[in-house]
Amino acid sequence: MPSALSLSKGCTFLQEGLGFDRLSPNGVRILTDLTDLTVAEIRNGFRGGDFSAREVAEAFNANVTAAKALNAFIVETPEKALEAADAADKAKAAGDSLGALAGVPIGMKDLFCTQGVQTTAASHMLEGFVPTYESTVSGKLWAAGAGMLGKLNLDQFAMGSSNETSYYGNVISPWRRAKTDGGRGDNAALAPGGSSGGSSSAIAARLCPAATGTDTGGSIRQPAAFTGISGIKPTYGRCSRWGIVAFASSLDQAGPMARTVRDNAILLEVMSGFDPKDSTSLDLPVPQWEANLSSDLKGKTVGIPKEYRPDGLNAEISALWDRGIEWLKDAGAQVVEVSLPHTKYALPTYYIIAPAEASSNLARYDGVRYGQRDLPDGAGLQDMYAATRAAGFGPEVKRRIMIGTYVLSAGFYDAYYTQAQKVRALIARDFELAFEKCDLLLTPTAPSASFALGEKQADPLAMYLNDVFTVPASLVGLPAMAIPGGLDSAGLPIGLQVIGKALDEQTVLNASLAIEERAGFTARPDKWW
Amino acid sequence: MTESTYRIQGATGEWEVVIGLEVHAQVTSNAKLFSGAATAFGAEPNTQVSLVDAAMPGMLPVPNRECIRQAVRTGMAIDAQINKWSRFDRKNYFYADLPQGYQISQLYHPIVGEGQIEIVLDEKNPEASTKVIGVERIHVEQDAGKLMHDQHPTSSYVDLNRSGVALMEIVSKPDMRSPAEAGAYLSKLRTILRYVGSCDGNMDQGSMRADVNVSVRRPGEAFGTRTETKNVNSVRFVMAVVEHEANRQVDVLEAGGKIVQETRLYDPDRNETRSMRSKEDAHDYRYFPDPDLLPLELDDAFLEECRQSLPELPDAKRARYVNDLGLSAYNATTLTADADTARWFEALLAQGARIQKKSEGEVAKASANWLLSELYGALNRLGKSLDESPVGPEEGAELLALVADGTISGTIAKQVFEIMLETGARAPAIVEEKGLKQTSDTGAIEAAVAKVLADNADKVAQYKGGKEALFGFFVGQTMKAMQGKANPQVVNELVKKGLAG
Repeated sequence: MPSALSLSKGCTFLQEGLGFDRLSPNGVRILTDLTDLTVAEIRNGFRGGDFSAREVAEAFNANVTAAKALNAFIVETPEKALEAADAADKAKAAGDSLGALAGVPIGMKDLFCTQGVQTTAASHMLEGFVPTYESTVSGKLWAAGAGMLGKLNLDQFAMGSSNETSYYGNVISPWRRAKTDGGRGDNAALAPGGSSGGSSSAIAARLCPAATGTDTGGSIRQPAAFTGISGIKPTYGRCSRWGIVAFASSLDQAGPMARTVRDNAILLEVMSGFDPKDSTSLDLPVPQWEANLSSDLKGKTVGIPKEYRPDGLNAEISALWDRGIEWLKDAGAQVVEVSLPHTKYALPTYYIIAPAEASSNLARYDGVRYGQRDLPDGAGLQDMYAATRAAGFGPEVKRRIMIGTYVLSAGFYDAYYTQAQKVRALIARDFELAFEKCDLLLTPTAPSASFALGEKQADPLAMYLNDVFTVPASLVGLPAMAIPGGLDSAGLPIGLQVIGKALDEQTVLNASLAIEERAGFTARPDKWW
Repeated sequence: MTESTYRIQGATGEWEVVIGLEVHAQVTSNAKLFSGAATAFGAEPNTQVSLVDAAMPGMLPVPNRECIRQAVRTGMAIDAQINKWSRFDRKNYFYADLPQGYQISQLYHPIVGEGQIEIVLDEKNPEASTKVIGVERIHVEQDAGKLMHDQHPTSSYVDLNRSGVALMEIVSKPDMRSPAEAGAYLSKLRTILRYVGSCDGNMDQGSMRADVNVSVRRPGEAFGTRTETKNVNSVRFVMAVVEHEANRQVDVLEAGGKIVQETRLYDPDRNETRSMRSKEDAHDYRYFPDPDLLPLELDDAFLEECRQSLPELPDAKRARYVNDLGLSAYNATTLTADADTARWFEALLAQGARIQKKSEGEVAKASANWLLSELYGALNRLGKSLDESPVGPEEGAELLALVADGTISGTIAKQVFEIMLETGARAPAIVEEKGLKQTSDTGAIEAAVAKVLADNADKVAQYKGGKEALFGFFVGQTMKAMQGKANPQVVNELVKKGLAG
């Protein structure tokens, strides 16, 4: 792996507490690997002249190329990363104003349509589909100077919690179980979480400093938790959905994934903002989240929802949660117990509403205009539909289309869909009442650490349970962030979730920052790929 | 209010027909309901298509304010309840002309609720033969694209130009009882839409089409089972469908059969309907609220603007023509039946009043008569419509002013009008150039009368002997002698005088 060597004296990123490998004899820190830097460090280092954007892009491109074993990317676009980097270097040399992400290469979940670059949603259905348009969110990132390292693998149409439903193969987590008391020390390939598993795996393995994710029921937060990184799903409507392949429209929300809270704040500021092309987009100014980051939680009250601690909750997760409570107290917050009584209905509600919307959203993949077309000899229109969709969609996507079709069908609509919408309103009411007593909620992100690929694939219900803690905030559209808290006894990351009031991403980020500072999570997977 | 006496005489007795219409009217708008694509009629295939209309991945609908506005104005024009809160639903089904795999429509919460339309059943006697037809609702929805089966030997092509175009679906109550009522309702609805400007009403271009629901019953009994004949595209065809379908149903019932609730298609060439699909194999559309769209909430300012922008509507206009302009009910009905005619007529009135320095009421009758008889007659002959008329309102008013001030007679006016149609010249110039000015010069007319009476001494004797009908003959001969240019009143007087002498 090429490493960019550069001498830096008193450069800005040093103040941010990053440990570097060694000191030179005269006390100047020697930077050994640009791919260990955070987004903020790259941004600041580039601006401060410590390295060029091209050096950064080349370093990450090299890591991407060397990490095929992780299968994190569906398409690699090193030329795009270099192009953006050269533009940033040129702008800097010319003294032009620099975008918020100038010099920062990122990964793009392959659910975002990218102009001129194949966009598949990890489905055979869209294999070879090259959009003529750029999604609003990715467009904002490029406009801010970010470069694209490639299109990241994901669960097919974002449906899955382990990245095992991709047509392009499983993404593999860079983490492995350690040879410890709790760990089998095996070399089993582990799930990076899903659906944004390419994003989580790539960030944890230092293939990119940050990436986009989308979250419908936990697809940013659960993979972040599985791989020891952080990610935020903002309030529904903050990020435009225009140009993102739709899964469940009332739930889908884009968000960033990165290794630090600050990096998430930086990316989220760029990704957010009103878009007249999305009717559900919020017409509100974008707050300055990064500038207002503060881990001082004095005056804030943290609610601990008792329903999130069911009997049989994983003891290590439970213990981490208790530590998290102490960290927030230490940051100055009050802690109260709150009740979200309809929590147990959240998962069934989600698994009615999300498939219902998906069954309709995915109807457009019919073989008529673009993407896969399977036209058997002598086939009529109906035969073409059947053949195309049978060949184009994977089993999990088919399962959800069938569930969704069923719950919307005549005679079942009221019993399922209408009922689910009523429960959704009750769940929203739960949060409203809880937020009368507190400013934010602290919960675990996922009920367990990562599991081995294949372990839960045969049991959809066990797989769906992964989202039990993340789904309620999705149903209500609340901002929620996953933040790593530590390693379990098998040496795998486990994490916490902070849920905030609608539009109060700042409190979510601040509380997450308080946890980040106290958890001191520096663990990283040993490189085996 | 009149009760329909239309009955079908079956072998077993009388049957009453019950009709409801669902009219799809394309909203007049430069852009589609949820995309910015254009909506021009007759454009090359697939040239009026946005990414949204083609349902590309990740594309989202955004409601077009103008389409919503037009639906609200239409609702106001039929005195309907406007729902300040409405919502779009998805109607899911697969077809190659439906890129999204669903149509965005409004099932559960339409934008317009109950309203009403008054129809006239006997145009000769409009006052005494009106009936109010209830409108159940109006909702807005997307149109689908079009399949073209004649472009390739084995494949069908898809044209998405219409995909996503805004339609209003205007659903009547089952209040009509005869083909004539159905025809009158559709005509009146089209009139209102054209007045409002929310739909051009061009049924031949598909801008307006009707689904015709028909059932029959014994008079006074409960509704029978209905059938729905889809996409009927003229007033005449709607009436034919009702008549044919009602008779077919009577035949079925009288033969001991049952009417099946089904969708039927009308074949204008054979004037018959045939079954398309029955209720049993009807689609399950899996309607649910479109999660890409927020509920539509209309504020008072928006509603007020819609109301203020409404023009005078046909019923109000007709009443004003009768009450304020003194027109006959028949003329008023005819002139207001079509927004373009009324607009033309009012321009004619305004010009007439201006040129003659009179009130509109004073020039109204002559203007109406001329428009409905002379101008319409001429246009019919020429096969032209009003907006293609070679003579405009100002030119017409000039002609009428010449008659009104006695410059020319009505007879000469007809000649002048013919010349106007042929040459495009204006009436005053024609009258001047051809010397058509009528004369009231009593000396000249007296001389002419004297000559006519002298030349026809035998007829004068007959007249004096009691054959008074010959009066007209003398007048006619005098006019002929004067080459039509004599003032008829003066001629009348002088002939009378001459005969008395």
